[in-house]
Order: sequence, then structure tokens, then C-alpha cells
Amino acid sequence: MSTPTEPILAARGLTKSYRTTVALRGVDIHVSAGEVVGLLGPNGAGKSTLTKLLCGLVRGDGGTATIAGAAAGSTPARGKVGYLAELFRFPGWATAAEVLATHQRLGHRPVTDPAAERAALLAEVGLSNAAATRVEAMSKGMQQRLGLAQALVGAPEVLLLDEPTSALDPAGRHTVREVLARARDRGTAVLLNTHLLGEVELLADRVVLIDAGRVVAQGTVAELTAVHGVTVETDQGRVEHPDISRDEIPGLVKRLVREGRSVYSVEPHRSTLEDLYLELVGDRETQR
Amino acid sequence: MTDVLVIARLALQEAVRRRVLTVVGMLTLLSGGLYLAGCISLKHHVGGLLETPAIKPIVPATLLGLASFTTLFLGSVLSVFLTAGAVRGDVDRGLVQPLVVRPVGRNSYLGGRALAAAVVSCSYVLLVSVFATALTRLMFHNLPPSAWQVIPRLVTGVLVVTALTLLVSCLFSTVATGVSVLMAYGAGLVAGLLGEIGKSFGAHTLTRIAEAVSWALPFEAMYRDALQKLSPSGPLGQLVQLGPLGGANGGGPGLWLFTAAYIIGCGLLASWRFGRADL
Repeated sequence: MSTPTEPILAARGLTKSYRTTVALRGVDIHVSAGEVVGLLGPNGAGKSTLTKLLCGLVRGDGGTATIAGAAAGSTPARGKVGYLAELFRFPGWATAAEVLATHQRLGHRPVTDPAAERAALLAEVGLSNAAATRVEAMSKGMQQRLGLAQALVGAPEVLLLDEPTSALDPAGRHTVREVLARARDRGTAVLLNTHLLGEVELLADRVVLIDAGRVVAQGTVAELTAVHGVTVETDQGRVEHPDISRDEIPGLVKRLVREGRSVYSVEPHRSTLEDLYLELVGDRETQR
Repeated sequence: MTDVLVIARLALQEAVRRRVLTVVGMLTLLSGGLYLAGCISLKHHVGGLLETPAIKPIVPATLLGLASFTTLFLGSVLSVFLTAGAVRGDVDRGLVQPLVVRPVGRNSYLGGRALAAAVVSCSYVLLVSVFATALTRLMFHNLPPSAWQVIPRLVTGVLVVTALTLLVSCLFSTVATGVSVLMAYGAGLVAGLLGEIGKSFGAHTLTRIAEAVSWALPFEAMYRDALQKLSPSGPLGQLVQLGPLGGANGGGPGLWLFTAAYIIGCGLLASWRFGRADL
């Protein structure tokens, strides 16, 4: 994993409303080169709007967003972005190679050997044998992989991915994780919008949790899932110490030993992303 | 410009792969055969009458009037079907988003779709009109003096329909766009007929309505201008003017300027609407 550097994608105070519905209420987010940021939140939280705004599909009402120094959505910024929409389709009559060729032509990036790039991209997403297969003959999972290959055309500096694993089986998800890990290693900044907390825990360097158009939590997975409390088993039984932080555990154990307790086990309470998600967002779907 | 060509190529490839052009080509051959059969049959039945000076110009003019109506109608249908889903319909299907995220520009996308539809439908009208006019000339050794001038008017008429469909496709889904443009097309032709009836019976309200519709939908004005080029002089010429094909009515040079402005206006409005749309 490379070390994240200066943000290549930076947004401050982004706001967006659709008539009476407020989708974004001042979102700040940044992604550095070589960093994968997981964007989490319930349906309708504003994740897709944020992603679309960053790639120019949606016009923001306020705030600023830049990609590699250019205004997000502008032609220079779009030239540096690879995007996979949540709901997308390629022409059913086109083959996988033709889809990629079209995007190569529209990408405005000089490619020495376009055919070799297409072959490499298809191999990267596990579609080596599907270059001549028409999109309409592909399964949803294959189309999703092709979508990812399309997003990777021209080696973009920023990848904006909206639910890239939604239609994939476990093997497909594994492939996507590998592809994104390689992209990160090449220095690509990845904003990964997903519902799958496990994907984020496995892949993301940082997590941004968004709800009702606001960022409600952000940090590394380790920071967000830090130890909160500990259960200690002594000769007097199991006792929970809910307010103890990770750094306070050794002191607690010393104190118990000093008091003559025999300590058999210490089990830190580590919350999961799911715990955090449920604590901050809850079951928002049923509350709407 | 390269982006426009890439998008246009994509749309043309779809028309080829989906066998739109094959079907259109086969059915055009069929209708061309029907036209040929009609010409042969008419020549056989009318026979010596064709040598009568008063009748001689009427037959080819009537046939070409019929061919013009059919050609404009089919060219317009082709254009509507190729363009109706160009924007909102393809956005709803998720086809547009991956393309316009590239550094293409939405105007290039619109231009490409318009170019593809215009190339197909205008080529269709051009080829069929040339075929019909040449065949009529071959069969009857006679054409209205301005018969060839009909062709650019029909081609421009289809161009208007294409521009209008592209604009409406920025607002509505595929089906709604197709239905509304074809209904507008029908309304234009009906207004033309009503205008002719109004002229015959001195009903000025009808003629004013027809006039207004012709300005609002200039493909109708172009069609009436084309019929004017076919209409023979003399009393028998009224048969063509009052026939079921819509009224002949010269548009004058202002019509060309207005139509050009109309097409450009449709393009600018479509660009403005699409440029501000959230996708």
C-alpha cells in the first residue's frame, strides 16, 4: 500500500437540492492519490449525488470541488476521472472490445497500443475471453466487470465507483477488490460508494459515513472501530469496564493485580463498522 | 469534432447492427416497386390521354406529389425513431452517463446523435426522391419544370423533424417524444389541408391557423413549398393543389432563412436544456 499524499480530489461545503429534496448539506471530502476512501450511508443519504456531482453528471448548488486542481465536472477534470455508475448500460449490440474502444476514443488520452490496453483491461477484470462477446450476451456480473474495465480506460488518476460490486458474486467481488488494490498501488485515488461494509473494511484506507446529506463520521477503519471498553475475567468472575479505552487497559490490569485479583483473560470490546453504522445511522430505511 | 463523429458512428453502428437500415432498405425497395407498378399501370390505363397537352403535366405532378408525401412521411418516421430516445430515453436507460463523463462535452453528444439521425434520414429522403423523380421522368418523358427543386425541400423538412425530435427528446422519455413529434407532424399536415380548404371557401380563420402552424412547424411549410414546385399551371393544376396531399403554397426565400434559424434554434435549446440537466 502506498502512502497517501496531497488530496487529488477535494470538496468543501457541497450542497445540492432536487426541488424540495435536499440531497447534500455541506459535504467536505477529500481523497489522496493512492488512497481508497469508502463512502457509506443508507439509501437516499446523498452518496450517489455526491459521486455524480464530482464527475459532472449533476450540477451542485454550492461549495467547491476540484479534481487534480480543476473544477470537478469541467472537461480537464473529467479527463482524469474514471467513473462507474450504479445504474449503467452499454449498447447491447456492441462487443466488450468495442465498448472499450469507444471509451478510448472519447478519453482524449494518447495510447500507444489501444488493442493491447483493451486486452490488458479485460484481463484485469477477468474478461479475457469475452472481448468479442456482445454486451447483450453477458450476465449482469460480466457487464459489471466490463463497467469497471471501462472506468479504468486511460489509467485515470481518480476512480469514482458507485456500487461496483452490487451485481457480483463472491468471486467477482474478490476480483474487484484486487483490481482496486492494484489501482491504489499505482497511485490512483479511489472513492468507493457501497453498501457493503465488509468491502470497505477489507479495502478502504478511510471511511466517510454520510447520512441525510451530511458527513456524520470519517476516519480510518481502525479509528472508527477503536476499542471501547473491556471485559476482564478474574477469580471473582467476569466484569465489564465499558468506559475503558485501549490505552487504559494495562493500567486496569495492574490495578486488579495490585488488589490481589488473579486475571485470567482480558477481552477488549472492538466495535465493527456495522456497529458504528447502526449507532450513527440506524435503520433509516424504515424511518423514512 | 472528433467526439461528434465517434458518437455519430456509435449511433450509426447501432442502426446497422439492429438491422434498422436493412429493414428500411428492403421496405424502400418494396415501396419503390409499388411506385414503379403504379407508374406502369397508370401509363397503360391512361394511354393516349397522356398526349393531351392539358393532361400531360398533371400525371407526373400527381405521382410526384404522392411520392413526396410518402417520402417525407417515411423519412420523418425514420428520423423520429432514430432520435426519440437520444437524450432522456438513453439517460433513463443509463447509456448516456458513461459517455458524457468522458471529456466529451454534452454538446458533442447531442451533435453526434443529431448527425447520425440526419445522415440516415436525409440520405433516405434524398435517395428515394431522386429515384421517384428519375423513374417518373423515365416512364412519362415529362416532369414538372421545378420537379428537382422538390428534393432539397423534402430533405430540409426531415432535417426540421430531426432537430425538433432532438429537442423534445431532451424533455421527455422515448415513447412520449415519439408520440408527441409524430402527433405534431400529423397536426402540421392536417393544418395544411385545413388551410387549403379555408382558401377554397374563403374561411380566413382556417388559412390563418394553417399559416401559424406552418411557421411553428416549418417542415409543413417546406412540404407545401415543395408541392408548389410540382403544381402545374392552368385550371387542371388545381387538382394537384386541392388533392389529398396537402395544399401547395410557396414559402418564398424567407422560408429558407426561417427554417435555418428554426433548426439552429432547436439545437441551441436542446443544448441549453441538456447542458443543465442532472443525469
